Amino acid sequence: MKTFPMGGVHPSENKLSRTKAIEALPLPEVVNIPLSQHIGAPAVAKVAKGDKVLTGQLIAEAGSFMSANIHAPISGTVTAVDLVPNGQGLRQPMITIKREGDEWAEGIDRSETLVRECALSSQEIIARIKEAGIVGMGGATFPTHVKLSIPAGKKAECVIINGVECEPYLTSDHRMMLEHGEEIVVGVTILMKAVGVEKAYIGIENNKPDAIAHLTRIAAAYKGVEVVPLKVRYPQGGEKQLIAAVTGRQVPPPPALPIDVGAVVCNASTTYAVYRAVQKHMPLIERVVTVTGKSMKEPRNLLTRMGTPVATLLEAAGGLPDAVCKVINGGPMMGRAMVDLASPVTKGCSGITVMTGDDAQRREASQCIKCAKCVAACPMGLEPYYLSKMSQKKRWDELESNMITSCIECGCCQSTCPAYLPLLDWVRLGKQTVMGIIRSRAAAAAPKK
Amino acid sequence: MQVLLFTILTLCALGVLSAVILYFVAQKFRVEEDPRIDEVEKMLPGANCGGCGFAGCRGMADALVKHDDISDLFCPVGGGDCMKAIAAYLGKAAAEKQPEVATVRCGGTCDKRPRTNEYNGAKSCAVAASLYVGETGCAYGCLGFGDCVAACAFDAIRMNPETGLPEVDPDKCTACGACVKACPKKVIELRKKWPKNRAVYVSCVSKDKGAVVMKACKAGCIGCGKCEKVCAFDAITVENNLAYIDPQKCKLCRKCVNECPTGAIKLVNMDPLPKEPKAPAAPKTEKPAAAKPEAPKATPKSEAPKAAPAAEKAPAAPKADKPAAEKPSKES
Amino acid sequence: MANKLIVSPAPHVQTAQSTSRIMRDVVIALMPAFVVSIVVFGVDVLRVTAISVAACVAFEYLIQKFMFRGPLTISNWSAVVTGVLLAFNLPASIPWWIVVIGAFVAIAVAKMTFGGLGKNPFNPALVGRVFLLIAYPVQMTTWPMPVTNGAFDALSGATPLAAVKHGAVGPDVLGVHHLLLGNMPGSLGEVAALALLVGFAYLLWRRVITWHIPVTILVTMAVFAFVVALCTGETGAMLWQLPLFHILAGGAMLGAIFMATDYSTSPMTVKGGVIFAIGIGVITMCIRLWGSYPEGMSFAILLMNACVPLINKYVKPKRFGVK
Repeated sequence: MKTFPMGGVHPSENKLSRTKAIEALPLPEVVNIPLSQHIGAPAVAKVAKGDKVLTGQLIAEAGSFMSANIHAPISGTVTAVDLVPNGQGLRQPMITIKREGDEWAEGIDRSETLVRECALSSQEIIARIKEAGIVGMGGATFPTHVKLSIPAGKKAECVIINGVECEPYLTSDHRMMLEHGEEIVVGVTILMKAVGVEKAYIGIENNKPDAIAHLTRIAAAYKGVEVVPLKVRYPQGGEKQLIAAVTGRQVPPPPALPIDVGAVVCNASTTYAVYRAVQKHMPLIERVVTVTGKSMKEPRNLLTRMGTPVATLLEAAGGLPDAVCKVINGGPMMGRAMVDLASPVTKGCSGITVMTGDDAQRREASQCIKCAKCVAACPMGLEPYYLSKMSQKKRWDELESNMITSCIECGCCQSTCPAYLPLLDWVRLGKQTVMGIIRSRAAAAAPKK
Repeated sequence: MQVLLFTILTLCALGVLSAVILYFVAQKFRVEEDPRIDEVEKMLPGANCGGCGFAGCRGMADALVKHDDISDLFCPVGGGDCMKAIAAYLGKAAAEKQPEVATVRCGGTCDKRPRTNEYNGAKSCAVAASLYVGETGCAYGCLGFGDCVAACAFDAIRMNPETGLPEVDPDKCTACGACVKACPKKVIELRKKWPKNRAVYVSCVSKDKGAVVMKACKAGCIGCGKCEKVCAFDAITVENNLAYIDPQKCKLCRKCVNECPTGAIKLVNMDPLPKEPKAPAAPKTEKPAAAKPEAPKATPKSEAPKAAPAAEKAPAAPKADKPAAEKPSKES
Repeated sequence: MANKLIVSPAPHVQTAQSTSRIMRDVVIALMPAFVVSIVVFGVDVLRVTAISVAACVAFEYLIQKFMFRGPLTISNWSAVVTGVLLAFNLPASIPWWIVVIGAFVAIAVAKMTFGGLGKNPFNPALVGRVFLLIAYPVQMTTWPMPVTNGAFDALSGATPLAAVKHGAVGPDVLGVHHLLLGNMPGSLGEVAALALLVGFAYLLWRRVITWHIPVTILVTMAVFAFVVALCTGETGAMLWQLPLFHILAGGAMLGAIFMATDYSTSPMTVKGGVIFAIGIGVITMCIRLWGSYPEGMSFAILLMNACVPLINKYVKPKRFGVK
């Protein structure tokens, strides 16, 4: 069975909500919509306090090419455009909407009928995706229209759909593939058309045999779409790892991108959103969020409007337990711990994981015993123990020559460390600093030319 | 006997051969260097703290000798005297810098600024700052993990476990600026050093609105502007909900201290002005040294207080103005 | 909310392994050889091992408590591992005070002076053993005969390696079953190759070590012996007997499985580990065949330990996406 070439770990899967069908959460009364829910420039608000908005109406426009539109997830009145704390407690510009009824903007097809045929051209498809404000929903939130706009001189060879969901606990993509498999496969054909390729692979780890069987059956009717079962191994859902697992080609170190090996990778939920945007004019205003955790009474997969407070989702899953806990936006390997539970669900939020008791606390770190488990676990072939040490010593040149910018922050090193060292904490800091140095060097070099 | 002779001769021959090789290698790789660099390096304090912007004192010495104009070079540790001596030796004009001291501009002690969550990651301000707001509700204040303490080469900053804030020992501080660079929240500023380590400054860097500040911290600046109005020297500016006292214009008159409703303006080694029913929210414990009372004076001193360094030996410490710690906006 | 939320950077998952669990696993993996050794050499084995472990733990405790005044780390079992390994490298008849001196050198000189676990460049147990071998050569090479069987008149109290080296006997002097079960004079932990292999399997199953270093060492030694046998004009059974004898006799198994794989003294990458292991195999065979000592495992491992920083610097893992 296929998998990526080096490193990786296999944490306990804990897919508690794998059998729970997607349920729609009741419409929230108040939503906060951050203007920056994606990588790139923040969107620019198009509404002001007091404005009435309809569900699906554009409320903030992409601030540049590398940005994404944002639409109202509910209908009602804009009560504020102001700084509101995000999940990490940092105040960010957000649009606050108070709900009044559920009136939709015109032109949006809300029916469930499947529309297979798509007569649009590549440009038209990308324009609709851009208009709908679609970004990568696996967590990276890279604007999808940017990804589909193949730069001059590059050529796409295949589309790869990421149905791996290698993060423990999370099941939102899994449920999407089971319940909206047909739409996803149509979405795949749309993506193929958008980038002009004949071949698409849907990569799914074989801990989801039902999804593999379901999609294989559906894909048989579509030309060029192939389901690729993959060995269960984290971080297979990483873009570079998935491309290597499916095609065997390795994306060179930054600044190279997947397109340099001819691959365009798109998450399964994103593909569904693409289908809805192109065939139904549906903007990205809702997504499936897995609310899970060993001590949650009722782990669920909830269809949630963007901007819904995380606390509402936690209530829907039985409420936060009394014990000491850590609430994570995302899965336990790459998710970000939250401090403000009133903060909203955003486009990249695939799950809310609650850890309690010993799981919530990091164990006390001791000294490095040079066991080299981090080196063996690194899927990018780096030496986390060394990078972490050099980062603490602020040896930025040494970090750069040891390719710290290749780090994908998957957390394999730290999760495998028997001394419980905060390896990635330091590596991440070093990576940010080195990337800053590289950027400022590029900026300094630019005017000379 | 013959063996012994052989051994001695062989060793001698080896020694001579090595000496010859070494001589030629040394000739070949000799580096011509201005002997003054060594001299200047000896005159520098030798702390290798990097406060001058060079990696160490050697780099600074090299630059001092090679640059014609050394007015932009300054050793904060050695101070004006050191620079003057070096300038005299090199026959160049030295930079004039007034003494400065690192000042922690956050009053969010444990009791004033409640902890709202528990940080469990690597104990580093830089790591925590890149992750989230910090253990309190204030996104601007001190995180309390001591990156500044680790950065200080002079043991001049210590963490006070009671307050959770770092404290600067002004007598040890050389104003090298290492802590200013280390602090990811830019809480530490190099401010003018007054005689007897007196100081008046706004001990808050929060640009949040008043209501937000009040929710997170009882000692924060809410940007009410009362201090700005009362200041007779135009030294205080309020911008982005935050007051800033320009150390160059401030005359330590202390009127603003009594005006501040939250006690965010800190008074060090001086008594507050008498009367005024609304006393600043209890005396601060920022400086451990017992403050010596002193009669209020309307306008103490004129401009540059050059008296201080002469009195105490350690802290003859002016500072290059490069680190630009939050310069006031309307400077002129 | 009554409880404060806990916040930390990702990942939020930690391994079930820990330093102390790894060290405990190593001790468990050494137990089969320990039991065989007791059967072969009698209760003296218990005495030597107990003294060695107690002395190692005590020295580490005392040094950390009174010299470093840092955190105590004896609970992570690493001193116990050093103690057992040191004992396994000594003859069962050794006087108690020599064991204590060995433990002191191992812990105080080879481990704690460098900063303790994870920072020592040389394997502590081997430094202890080599120190003793040079300081007390008589006691260190006085091998008691196995109590189980007195049939080895041919060896006359020498280890098989020594006997073969001095040309008294051929490498086929002992049957393979004797080599596997430890029916021969030697250090107390090294004699039972089969028991050590059981420990090896346990370590692999527990994912404490990988197979690369031990297997490479043994294969290198076997190939080296085979080539030497060929070059010296041997034919027939000797061509396989010599390689087999060399990997089963002496400290080859113990060294390859438990000493060379010591975390802090072996390279961080698989590629580096293979280079390291080939070096150990070659040096061991050179010493065994042409050096003045009959056994060279300890020296070989220590010599290659010295090369580890260099290997770590120049042998980097294969980077993802780099040709």
